[in-house]
Amino acid sequence: MTAPGTVADRLLVVDDLVKHFPIKGKDNVVRAVDGVSFEMRRGETLGLVGESGCGKSTVGRSILRLIEPTSGTIRYEGENIVGHSFARMQELRREMQMIFQDPYASLNPRLSVRSIIAEPLRIHKIGTRDEQHRKVAELLEKVGLDPRYADRYPHEFSGGQRQRIGIARALALEPKLIICDEPVSALDVSVQAQVVNLLQDLQEEFGLTYLFISHGLAVVEHISDRIAVMYLGKIVEIAEAQELYGRPLHPYTKALLSAIPIPEPSKKRQRIVLEGDVPTPVDPPSGCRFRTRCPFAIPDCAKDIPELKEYSPNHLAACIRIGDL
Amino acid sequence: MEKLLEVIGLRTQFKTSAGLVRSVDDVTFSIGRGELLCIVGESGCGKSVTALSIMGLVSEPGRIAAGSILYKGEDLTRSSQSRMREIRGNEIAMIFQDPMTSLNPVFSVGEQISEALRLHKGLNKAAARAAAIDSMREVAIPSPKMRYDDYPHQLSGGMRQRIMIAMALACDPELLIADEPTTALDATIQAQILELLDALRRDRNMAVLLITHDLGVVAEVGDRVCVMYTGKIVETSGVDELFSSPKHPYTKGLLNSVPKLPETGAARQHRLRTIEGMVPNLTELPSGCHFADRCSERMASCEFGEVPLYQLDDGAHVRCRLYAEQQRSEVAL
Repeated sequence: MTAPGTVADRLLVVDDLVKHFPIKGKDNVVRAVDGVSFEMRRGETLGLVGESGCGKSTVGRSILRLIEPTSGTIRYEGENIVGHSFARMQELRREMQMIFQDPYASLNPRLSVRSIIAEPLRIHKIGTRDEQHRKVAELLEKVGLDPRYADRYPHEFSGGQRQRIGIARALALEPKLIICDEPVSALDVSVQAQVVNLLQDLQEEFGLTYLFISHGLAVVEHISDRIAVMYLGKIVEIAEAQELYGRPLHPYTKALLSAIPIPEPSKKRQRIVLEGDVPTPVDPPSGCRFRTRCPFAIPDCAKDIPELKEYSPNHLAACIRIGDL
Repeated sequence: MEKLLEVIGLRTQFKTSAGLVRSVDDVTFSIGRGELLCIVGESGCGKSVTALSIMGLVSEPGRIAAGSILYKGEDLTRSSQSRMREIRGNEIAMIFQDPMTSLNPVFSVGEQISEALRLHKGLNKAAARAAAIDSMREVAIPSPKMRYDDYPHQLSGGMRQRIMIAMALACDPELLIADEPTTALDATIQAQILELLDALRRDRNMAVLLITHDLGVVAEVGDRVCVMYTGKIVETSGVDELFSSPKHPYTKGLLNSVPKLPETGAARQHRLRTIEGMVPNLTELPSGCHFADRCSERMASCEFGEVPLYQLDDGAHVRCRLYAEQQRSEVAL
């Protein structure tokens, strides 16, 4: 996989990441992530899109090693973190943080906002109590909340405000990389826009690198520099955001894009409605995993697993039929 | 278009320890036969409570405090429980957001569809089974005969929503209320379900009240749309007009907050436009226009008195004083 820039620009390189979950009492496994490779440059936002069960969250969690990968390497600042000890990983996680989807479930209801945001500082023994309190106030201000709210509890806040608290907590350790797992999916549209803008402002201010995981294609397009599309445990296409939306190559990407309802009734597009459901990741189709729903599938699609090939600079797709379409 | 359902001055309220919550506050709209009306709004705006009020499913501590719901001229707010049971599921059917929690996990999906047919149509077991299989076929469930005996957990989310639709349509309702029917589904499955709903309502000339937070969904399938905010309708208009010339500042704000896919080659918009602030607490609503605090076009007069719904020349209704001079006639409701 290539992306413009030198080796030093690369913050994270994921190579052939595999995560299989065993099924109790059975010999087979859930192939949640099955050979995923990509890299992330410093300061960029990589969007990771796909439908439920495609493995996008498993990729995000594997990078933080909240889930132990089955195989593959994850190089962070050139260092393979797969196999690192718990203690070393904990040190590294100062630089890698996560923002979760559900702002109701991801904040401890029994802790005050101050304790929630200061917790990472306490765990990593950074600063005195007073310094930690000052830091909390500063972070609250950064995410657009009144520092006087520090002694309140999560239930006193709206969904959007809670997500801001989650963001403040992720920023507490001044990380370089933030895995954003569906950070705005649970929010109302008007609040969604506020949080997206906040994430962009923070990225600019602190030079953050985001892995932005989402099924909301329009939001991903808006925030990402590059986008990877996943289907059933594999990346099927990866390109710069505008290129991907303007010139999608993979039939799945095309169908996914055409499925987004757009708020412009005058613009009736030709919609590709896919037949059927995503097959089970326990027993994925042979060859191309999308072939069972692909309107362009031919017998050859069942033979080999298509590899990601570069069709134009930095635009890769995994489909043997791209030349014919 | 002949009116199938007319909701007039509906007020549904909940008594809570924090005070009286006016979830639906003087809501008026109508749906014609075969029409697809969308109600759009954010969490807590009262769109789902409006649907539940029509179905007669509001229970303590909530109650319908005022207004009437005329279905073919019959006021449902005055109907007895037994009359409502005849109507529910038979003339007016409803589908919900989450098909997993609205299906009973201990009965096969086929039995659940048959139940409504036996209850409302008086069919015997075999006839109900055959009719249920027909309606499963109509919503494009592959091999419906085999699927009849499946339990909800054996089906995918999209298939479960198809079962819900089959169940709702089994008795040939004239009005279908769909409360966020595709919100829990993936994009490609959402497209399938929307297409299915649209085709079915056209085939049957069935009216649909579609409740959604997604303006994209409104644009795809709606004929007319009501925008709700803090329990009130702030704008009603045709779908095309709503998107080409939104009127209420809240509607404009909502449309602006949605990230748009750019035209090929066009520069990307760097920042999303947002609506400042947040929805006020329903127990502490400001006097005057509820949106005034967040409105960029606020005037001094906005802070006092109830804002009426103004009817404009193009047929749209808008609850905003900016339109006081353009109104055709103040709607006395």
